Amino acid sequence: MFEVISNEVLTDNVHRMVIKAPRIAKSRQAGQFVIVRSDADAERIPLTIADADVAAGTVTLIIQALGDGTRRIVGIEPPDGLKDVAGPLGLPTHIEKWGKVACVGGGVGTAVLYPLAAAAAEAGNEVTAVIGGRTEPLVILRNELAEFCDDVLVATEDGSLGTKGFVTAVLQELLDDEAKRPAAVFAVGPVGMMKAVAEQTRPYGIKTLVSLNPIMVDGTGMCGGCRVTVGGEAKFACVDGPEFDGHLVDFDELASRQATYEKHEKHEACRLAQQLNEMKRGQK
Amino acid sequence: MSSNDLTPKQRLAIERAKMTEQAPERRVTNFEEVNQGLPEAVAVKEAQRCLDCKNKPCIEGCPVGVRIPEFITALAEDDLPKAAEILLTDNALPCTTGRVCPQEVQCEALCIRGKKGEPVAIGWLERFVADWAAQHADTPKLFGNKPAKKTGKTVCVVGSGPGGLTAAGELARMGHDVTIFEALHATGGVLRYGIPEFRLPKAIVDREVANLESLGVKIECNVIVGKTITVEEIMEEFDACFVANGAGLPMFMNIPGENFRGVYSANEYLTRVNLMGAYRDDARTPVVRGKKAVIFGGGNTAMDSVRTAMRLGADPAIIAYRRSRAEMPARIEEIQHAEEEGIQFDFLVAPLEILGDEDGSVRAVKMQRMELGEPDASGRRRPVPIEGSEFELEADVIIVAIGVLANPILTNACPALDLNKWGNIIVDENTMTSISGVFAGGDIVRGGATVILAMGDGKHAANQIDVFLKNI
Repeated sequence: MFEVISNEVLTDNVHRMVIKAPRIAKSRQAGQFVIVRSDADAERIPLTIADADVAAGTVTLIIQALGDGTRRIVGIEPPDGLKDVAGPLGLPTHIEKWGKVACVGGGVGTAVLYPLAAAAAEAGNEVTAVIGGRTEPLVILRNELAEFCDDVLVATEDGSLGTKGFVTAVLQELLDDEAKRPAAVFAVGPVGMMKAVAEQTRPYGIKTLVSLNPIMVDGTGMCGGCRVTVGGEAKFACVDGPEFDGHLVDFDELASRQATYEKHEKHEACRLAQQLNEMKRGQK
Repeated sequence: MSSNDLTPKQRLAIERAKMTEQAPERRVTNFEEVNQGLPEAVAVKEAQRCLDCKNKPCIEGCPVGVRIPEFITALAEDDLPKAAEILLTDNALPCTTGRVCPQEVQCEALCIRGKKGEPVAIGWLERFVADWAAQHADTPKLFGNKPAKKTGKTVCVVGSGPGGLTAAGELARMGHDVTIFEALHATGGVLRYGIPEFRLPKAIVDREVANLESLGVKIECNVIVGKTITVEEIMEEFDACFVANGAGLPMFMNIPGENFRGVYSANEYLTRVNLMGAYRDDARTPVVRGKKAVIFGGGNTAMDSVRTAMRLGADPAIIAYRRSRAEMPARIEEIQHAEEEGIQFDFLVAPLEILGDEDGSVRAVKMQRMELGEPDASGRRRPVPIEGSEFELEADVIIVAIGVLANPILTNACPALDLNKWGNIIVDENTMTSISGVFAGGDIVRGGATVILAMGDGKHAANQIDVFLKNI
């Protein structure tokens, strides 16, 4: 049992949970994830570790509750606990001192982006966060990112906050301006968004890293369900990733594989599947 | 009549018992165990077939060295407590091995009665005695019949599969303080995620694990050695370590179309069904329930996969194997059961490409017929493609069961461990790795092997760890 220390609602159905997991807190590096099960019958859900406190022995998870598995997880309040938290899994993020770095987050992808941006800033990069969502309440971690980012730019589809439109439009402004053009880009969000960002940066030859969240079971390389094609080769996101060179990822195949269970899931899950697939990667 | 009164001639006259099985047409509709076990009278009579011969070759064939003639003789006398005591002393997981061991190439292959006629059904008798012990006796008491004096030494066992469980049981009985780290959320390793309920009910795994816990073995799940904790950190906390983390990295065929939806590694397919319970209607983890399933491979994992696919509604469920029936490495009983259940076997075929529909779901596989050519390095005749023999096989589920490679998570985080070119851990004759006090066994050393070989390694390693601990 992994004790839930706190469970706060950030916005809408997005929760920030602090979990007691001393071993994971100690060994965790930015970019890694855990596999979580709320209770004995639950699915194994991969979730990015947003932050860790070694002294307190805790990890922080930011979770958007959309499917059954994530809704059960965020339904657990202190002093109860989560049945299983396993990790830290995956390779740590690859950080260099590039100079200017743009960190682009869509929806709950911003939660995955957060530790990457923090690590990039920590390494001495000048970090601009470009985050977005459908509407203002869905834009998360704006203040938290502002603590270490040089700039936090926001785009909402309905124009309720920041630029009206997609994060890609804001990123394009940075790319167009030679003085602001990043040397490296992190992009985390729905598959379509990451694909769009990769296509945007490709002509500039800008290093573009994406963090993928394919369907996963064990998270330790055992099942191969999370395989993605990167540069023509099959890679397992759980052990070779989750971070990959965005210019080499086959995003169409990833999107197709993420939809595997759409038509197989039960009635209620079916209703949520479309939404889930668009937003699923945000759970990580 | 007492067994002692039987003459060899009378023993030779007894015919081998028949296993009680669920009828094929019924069992393909459920996940209950296929073999129902022998009734006591049948088991006792089968035990009386044993000649208790002088050389006891069967023991040589057993990787854990069970005193087979001794427990069988006790059973022949209908002395079940004695039979159970002998078996449980020698074998930590007899309910399991009685079901999943390839007896036909081990103990039963060497049985003297097999030279003329059929060998004694050692596996079925093992199962009978083990199940009896579990049902009739206070098993932990039997299991740990010699209360161990605590040595004060601590051992960490990595992995709760057959190798880890066996080592943990042996070490606990020697009085050492044992902690198992398991990466998944549930114990048992391949016994839990790999072998289906219809071949090894999970209640048995639960019971075998409970036996270990009653011996004082501590089990911590969700600890991924190499990620959550490293081998070096383990050795700071423990006096010795036994690495039995298995071979969990599935091989794919590297043909076009392998990433279409509905193409699984056997590991993923079986894990979804067995560990995550996807065969149950109320399961939260889904699996694609195909109507037409094609499985590549010829081992036990391929048989488990194809029979699972049929139980989940696939018809046809086809084994596609590139050699012929004789070369299939699966247990004979599994092949027979599969045939009875209506599994189709397509031999001497190889896949060229997996074909998908517009959604990206698999719809068929393009195959090629093979013929057997000259023997290869393994001595088996090598399959050679036949020109112009291509054909398409419709499928909406494809399961790749062609083997596993060493999972590198633990070893990558521990560069001091010497590995062979396939990434398996190298051990000496005492099962010790290149790090003093760190031992290893099972699939991470052998590559993909069997439950019983992993158990043999666990038993051997426990003895060597005991020696090591006495000298530190």
